[in-house]
Amino acid sequence: MARVSVPLTLLGLLESAAQHGYTLRQRYDELFSGARPLKSAQVYATLQRLARDGLVDFAGIAAGEGPDRRLYAISSAGVCELERWLGEPEVPEVAATRRVLFAKVVIALTSGRSAAELLDRQRQAHLARMREMRAARQSGDVIAQLDADFEMYHLDADLKWIDGAQARLDRLAAVVRGADLRPEDS
Amino acid sequence: MLWVKDLAVRYGPTTALDGADIEIDRGEIVAVMGPSGSGKSTLLYALAGLVRPERGEIRLGDRRIDNLSDTERSRLRLRSYGFVLQFGDLVPELSLRENVELPLRLLKVRRAEAAARAESMLRMLEVDRVADRRPGQVSGGQAQRAAVARALVHRPEIIVADEPTGALDSSAGELVLDALTGLAREQGSTVVLVTHEGRVAAYADRTVFLRDGRVIDGDFA
Repeated sequence: MARVSVPLTLLGLLESAAQHGYTLRQRYDELFSGARPLKSAQVYATLQRLARDGLVDFAGIAAGEGPDRRLYAISSAGVCELERWLGEPEVPEVAATRRVLFAKVVIALTSGRSAAELLDRQRQAHLARMREMRAARQSGDVIAQLDADFEMYHLDADLKWIDGAQARLDRLAAVVRGADLRPEDS
Repeated sequence: MLWVKDLAVRYGPTTALDGADIEIDRGEIVAVMGPSGSGKSTLLYALAGLVRPERGEIRLGDRRIDNLSDTERSRLRLRSYGFVLQFGDLVPELSLRENVELPLRLLKVRRAEAAARAESMLRMLEVDRVADRRPGQVSGGQAQRAAVARALVHRPEIIVADEPTGALDSSAGELVLDALTGLAREQGSTVVLVTHEGRVAAYADRTVFLRDGRVIDGDFA
């Protein structure tokens, strides 16, 4: 599964203005509340790596002590790297849920369990999650709404897959039976 | 409040419903999903008294409604039901305003009161500015919001909605669903909503799933 790149995201946040590590972390948590909150040490370690790679520059040190005082700015190499990242479309990936679900359906069929009931339960779980997302969408700001929309559309695609799988269970069962690896048949 | 037990409906040799059970509480919003031909629209029409079942029982509150005469069912539909269908099905020769006033006029509500209630509903659905246009002169989303206004204006106990956003893009669909479910909750109407879209079903309190004419996935108390 693709993950959001913390270094590139921090680089992107630095493009509008040079910032201290602390404010950068705050901004990240504010904008990407769905992601895991960043730890201070992670932010400073990332900024040091970006500086080592020439993607950020030190833009001065404010009065006082500690790493919070150091101001970071994106370098021209950093801007190039950011443009490369933003310019490349993400590789469309099959959601992990569907891969796991397919495995469960196949195992249910090979073991003589009801794959249809398994898919029915999964559909209800998906619909329950979609109701949660809808509630979140209604009460949230535009960032929360877009976040919820993204998940809703993906869950909707999963639902269509569930319906399609359910409609073709007999055919899948025949294929699975053909590939039966039980000792007495092998 | 709405109680269905062992419902069976046939169209000639085709079995559309085959022992469907469902119970819906007052004010609840329930989505009905299922593959094509699973009987979801038939269930909706049977609940609304538009299809006479071959077997089973439908109760609205304490009253059994599946065995009512055609005249009694028409009266019940007019008073207690509101309809939102995929293409709105507004009367094309009437303005949106006249369409929304229609259920009230048929219920013999005085002209002035009907006009005031229709205007208020049109305003809530933000189609008051185009209320004097005919359905063919407004966008699909506006027409469908007028259809929602018409379905709700007489404060029916039950709204039946068959793919109410099936002909709309997603943002126009959201406006229609926000209005339909929001106003129905406000006035305590029960909504039964047939859809094949998970995003639409997410507006409901729960979803029942039909396959081969039976409710195979849902809650039946």
